[in-house]
Amino acid sequence: MSTTKQSSVTSEPDQRWRRFWSKSTPYWFMSPYILIFGVFGIFPVFFMIFLSFHTWNPVQGLGSMEFVGLENYALGLTDPTLWQTLWNTILMALYSGVPQHLVALPLAFLLVQLGKRARHWLTTAYFLPYVTSTIAISMIFYIMYSRDSGIINQALMGLANWPVTAWAFGWLNHFLPIGWVQENSVIRYSVAFVVFWKYVGFNTVIYTAGLATISDELYEAATMDGASAWQRFRHIALPLLRPFIFFAVTLTIIGNMNLFDEPYVLTRGLQFASTNGMTVSNYLYRVAWEWLDMGGAAAISWILFVVIGIFTGLYFWFFGRRGLGGD
Amino acid sequence: MNLKRNLGIAMAVAGLAGTTLAADLRFDGYPDYDSQLEAILGGFPQHNVELLMNEHGGHHDKLKTNLATGSGAGDVVLVDRGFVGSFINSGGFVDLTDRFAPYKDDFAEYAVAQGQGADGRQYAVPVDLGPGVMYYRRDYMEDKGYDVDNVIDDWDSYLDYGRELKEDGILLIGDATAVATAYWNFNVEPGNGLFFDADGEPLVTGPRFQRAFELAKAVRDEGMDGQISEWTEEWYAGFREGRFATQLSGAWLLGHLQNWMAPETSGNWGVSNLPDGIYGTWGGSFLAIPKQSEHQQAAWDLVEYMISEDIQRAGFENIAAFPAHTETYDDPMFDESIEFLRGQQARLLFADIAENIEPVQPHEGDQIAESLMTTALEQVLNDGVDIDTALANAERQIRRRVR
Repeated sequence: MSTTKQSSVTSEPDQRWRRFWSKSTPYWFMSPYILIFGVFGIFPVFFMIFLSFHTWNPVQGLGSMEFVGLENYALGLTDPTLWQTLWNTILMALYSGVPQHLVALPLAFLLVQLGKRARHWLTTAYFLPYVTSTIAISMIFYIMYSRDSGIINQALMGLANWPVTAWAFGWLNHFLPIGWVQENSVIRYSVAFVVFWKYVGFNTVIYTAGLATISDELYEAATMDGASAWQRFRHIALPLLRPFIFFAVTLTIIGNMNLFDEPYVLTRGLQFASTNGMTVSNYLYRVAWEWLDMGGAAAISWILFVVIGIFTGLYFWFFGRRGLGGD
Repeated sequence: MNLKRNLGIAMAVAGLAGTTLAADLRFDGYPDYDSQLEAILGGFPQHNVELLMNEHGGHHDKLKTNLATGSGAGDVVLVDRGFVGSFINSGGFVDLTDRFAPYKDDFAEYAVAQGQGADGRQYAVPVDLGPGVMYYRRDYMEDKGYDVDNVIDDWDSYLDYGRELKEDGILLIGDATAVATAYWNFNVEPGNGLFFDADGEPLVTGPRFQRAFELAKAVRDEGMDGQISEWTEEWYAGFREGRFATQLSGAWLLGHLQNWMAPETSGNWGVSNLPDGIYGTWGGSFLAIPKQSEHQQAAWDLVEYMISEDIQRAGFENIAAFPAHTETYDDPMFDESIEFLRGQQARLLFADIAENIEPVQPHEGDQIAESLMTTALEQVLNDGVDIDTALANAERQIRRRVR
């Protein structure tokens, strides 16, 4: 009797302790992530809000920060370079983003038609550029784009001068050699192509996954009713893929508006990016780290944040409801 | 027992004294300074020196972060001339004025001035120099019946030579921007800075920049350059294949040319003053001690060692870093004739230039101004923007950004 009582008394705090542990266990498991996210995710965001109202030259240490109110924003909004780079970003986003989806959608449809085995192999192949380092890809393209020794110009020169093809491509000689990443007129396309090439596989994978959710019966029924392959794609696959398209396009908008690595490497650390090759992210890097104006750069990134917000908002407004699968 | 304890205390004290004497230092820099340090550290047993090397851009980015956060910098840091202007006024470097005072007069005057902050104190000490020179192909000049002195007589004669070369399909220079950069860098009016006058007013719409832009535009419009950007694969190939006849650069280019860029063209090259006989500096490095260093005195020992006459000479031999220490210029090795330059005694020329460069006071806005002026130049050369418009735009942006 007394022994049982005693044991229950001693087990009381013990049990509370155990309950605390079992309840808090998930939080303990999550804590490394929360800690890291707090330090590297949340803190920088708030610090950047703070920073955008100050001037700060980082090499002068934290003590050199000075409150300037909205000056950084005024400076940014009236800066012609900011608008030029924003325009470049939008154009590159369009040049790389639109073809990405126009190619990825039919490609995914084709892959699904090909059956499982071929699909797995090919999807992996298309996905490979996405998992490869952006820097490595950009460097390879930089070499291929080289004016005098690059494989692209060499091939074009071959076509223009080889007797068999000269009649058709001879006119190219007028433009060759093309400075793919040096000339203002082509640089946006050169950068956009690399981005397109890298992300088309990623979108293809999203769309193949989307297509896999569509029941075969729908296709079969349509085939029995005499629908062609195009009709099956247009009237069955496309409408049912809407949520996937919506998701993939949103990612493309956000990703492309933040474009940094590809143009940075292709222009040799912005050496060639005189007017048309520089994106907003490149510009804010220059303001922050080359010009050592952290406050100005923080303001630019908030301006960029608002612009991305507007674009995504517009996209949601126009396509959101239907895109998310509603009416 | 007692004896043992005393002995222990004595040993501990000795150990303590030992650690304060021999410090663990870290040297942060960029190549080729690793080769230089590995070669010379054998003669510097006082402290243990560890090297942290990053490529040129990465090194300076890291240093910016280190100064911003007040931690992580080496005890001695190498700073390129292009960055020294924005770093020395940062308050992050130790004032070396008193320590450097006994050596000051032995160093190239202009480089000493570049290491001084706006308050006139010495925050960075020159370790190597980049006298500005023109490398040229001797064979092309001979073919055209030109003498180098006639070519560099002034900028017009330099362009005339380019027009002659063009008839044979040879380019005057890889990229026209180097002509403009050389002109605006090396014709600074006395009392002015590179881009700003003594009161901090931008000078970029002035005649110096007008002329610089006009020269570059003439070179580009008349097809005398190949739009071949420096430090690209095409540029190296251009040297190997002899596509261009001259290159305006720092004396240090010689080391790159003969070691890896175009060793097979040995004997075809010569070196001269820049056109119009101007003296200028093209690059160069400095040493500084961050305030965050815990071993500032030991760090100075290393700096002192690296700027000593013998080590300066060794740097020249090891990595072709042109000495900042002018006493070394009497050394017989300066008389040596250089095979790559067809036996020219080029080092005498370099030394002469180094001693004649006029000091130009750096301004903390130099880097912003340089970047905006380079963009303006590209717009004039590539996009056909009018020179006055481009300069006025650049000036407006410089005023806005330099606060």
